[in-house]
Amino acid sequence: MGFDWVFFTELIVGGLMSGVMYSLVAIGFVLIYKSSGIFNFAQGTMLLFAALTFVKLTEGGVNFWVALPVSMGTMVVFGILVERFMMRPLANQSLLSLFMATVGLAILIEGLAQYMWDSAIHGLQLADFLDLALLDPVNMTIFVVDYIEWLDILISKFDIFATIVAGTMILILAVFFQKTRTGMSLRAVSDDHLAAMAVGIPLSRVWALVWAVTGIIALIAGLLWAERVSVSFTLVEAVLKALPVILIGGLTSIPGAIVGGLIIGVGEKLGEIYLGDLIGVQGIETWFSYFIALVFLLFRPSGLFGLKTIERV
Amino acid sequence: MIYRETGTFITSYLEDRKLFPIPFDKWAMAVFMLFMVFVVPFIASDYWLAAHLIPILAYGTAALGLNLLTGMTGQLSLGTAGFMCFGAFFTFNIMLRSPEWMNLPLAMMLAGSVTGVIGIIFGLPSIRIKGFYLLVSTLAAQYFALWFFRSYPYFLNYATATVTLPDHHFDFYGIGDVFGVDMASFEAKYLMSLGVVSALALFAKNLMRSATGRNFMAVRDMDIAASVIGIPVIRTKMLAFFVSCFYCGVGGALFCYAYLQVLGIRTFEMNRSFEILFMAIIGGLGSIAGSFYGTVLVYEFPILFSWAGDYLFGGAFDTAVVDNVAKITYGILIIALLIREPGGLAALWATAKQKLRTWPFPH
Repeated sequence: MGFDWVFFTELIVGGLMSGVMYSLVAIGFVLIYKSSGIFNFAQGTMLLFAALTFVKLTEGGVNFWVALPVSMGTMVVFGILVERFMMRPLANQSLLSLFMATVGLAILIEGLAQYMWDSAIHGLQLADFLDLALLDPVNMTIFVVDYIEWLDILISKFDIFATIVAGTMILILAVFFQKTRTGMSLRAVSDDHLAAMAVGIPLSRVWALVWAVTGIIALIAGLLWAERVSVSFTLVEAVLKALPVILIGGLTSIPGAIVGGLIIGVGEKLGEIYLGDLIGVQGIETWFSYFIALVFLLFRPSGLFGLKTIERV
Repeated sequence: MIYRETGTFITSYLEDRKLFPIPFDKWAMAVFMLFMVFVVPFIASDYWLAAHLIPILAYGTAALGLNLLTGMTGQLSLGTAGFMCFGAFFTFNIMLRSPEWMNLPLAMMLAGSVTGVIGIIFGLPSIRIKGFYLLVSTLAAQYFALWFFRSYPYFLNYATATVTLPDHHFDFYGIGDVFGVDMASFEAKYLMSLGVVSALALFAKNLMRSATGRNFMAVRDMDIAASVIGIPVIRTKMLAFFVSCFYCGVGGALFCYAYLQVLGIRTFEMNRSFEILFMAIIGGLGSIAGSFYGTVLVYEFPILFSWAGDYLFGGAFDTAVVDNVAKITYGILIIALLIREPGGLAALWATAKQKLRTWPFPH
């Protein structure tokens, strides 16, 4: 039996695409971890909350171009509230307490989202709102059912769209971090809280900003994920999927989040097909990504691009 | 005024090492245990035993196990439910496939030990991986457990989703028939759970005041410093994983055998891990009694909340709304507790005790 190269390439491409989706969630994680050292478990429920807000608005007949900024605004307000009522009182506590607080926050948001809206499963067709013709000027639709053929490989156009969105977002973030004054203060805070405060950077404002930006990223990631898996509780589990991604890349690195996403995306697909065949049991993808992450971490304990921690006694 | 050390003078090192240095503590504990053993089974209804006391004991064991690992040794774990799953399934299989002479407590201990060994395997990465990065290993354990038992139906005796645990597994060499007690009744299950849990809690308490326990805490506080002063860090971490997973395994077995009475994979989903993590954190990381305080609070909170909702509003809201409000309140409660008292309920209790000791002249 010859090796099916087309199938293999298709797997790789598919893996890369789903890797992008993981990266989208991972970026939100990394932003918060970088700036405050907090492992934000609530990222998944933020995704759910943001996407649910958006969907309910549009279902209520609000125009897409109104609903988008309104849900963005909601996430910004939400970020500021989190900073004011959770981060500020919890400053200087152990990382474990902070982590647990975000798990508490996750439960809070979960209840809030379902209380404000509802817990039904909502489908989301971005195609209904967006007439993005940039990928396919002929058919004018770009979504899941559609594939383009390239070298005998079928690629979902939606995945390409997601990749473009993710790429743009990363570009914007990179410029924001490197070129703007606010970005600089963000980097300063992530390097050293105390030193940043000493030179007069308002820590609380920076944190509020980070949470707000993360909220917006959660909205974008939530919408893209929702398109794939519908708006429901599955979104929360997207976070657990993203966990090995950030850990491979290193908790402090945005490029790491992307590379990690691609590694996991591809590895998962290959593992499921080839390793699954080998041992004759299906469904290994539930734990296989964690396994990949473990292997990487064994060689590089703080991820591929993560900040090396120097431990002193 | 009763809670005093006045008059208790420690005259030897042996006395200094007593488990309950304050006599009041000792007597209170003794009365409490006697009450739990000799009074509760007779006055509590089946509902109280089956829906409150037994699950609290089962959850408490798992929370204690997690606390030994996370609170005492500082290794964060999200795989608790996975380890419980191993424990429960192995107990069932040992009971199912071993000869007559096997009994449930022994099977639980055996299954717990096997779970402990599995825990060591998943704990191995902790030698190199630290902090949040270790989450990935315990998460792997969680999902691996679910996948494993789903993929190999042999362990569920080829049942489709769940197995009802047979009553004869509770039989203890016919001792029930001698005394005319039904060993599968809730009273008997409660007493068995209580016995197992008390033994494990006592063991944990003693472990923590031994050299091993001090090693655990040294590794938690800073493992490099610990290795510098000559503590075998790797061995300590592995031992912590073994003990912790042993407790989680036994907790899982109790959970299925004494509480649910059915065995299924869905019992041990990810959410259960979080629930138990909350119990450990709210109760107070690094406190053995705290694991049980936290268990009581986390387990009873939703029940109390829906009861209060029913009582106050008489079902004016549907259950989904009450559920969501409960979640919101619960989330706020956790954050507030972490802000006010990061040490959890155990720390609150310690403060209260200190107040009692010095009352009415605090200075």
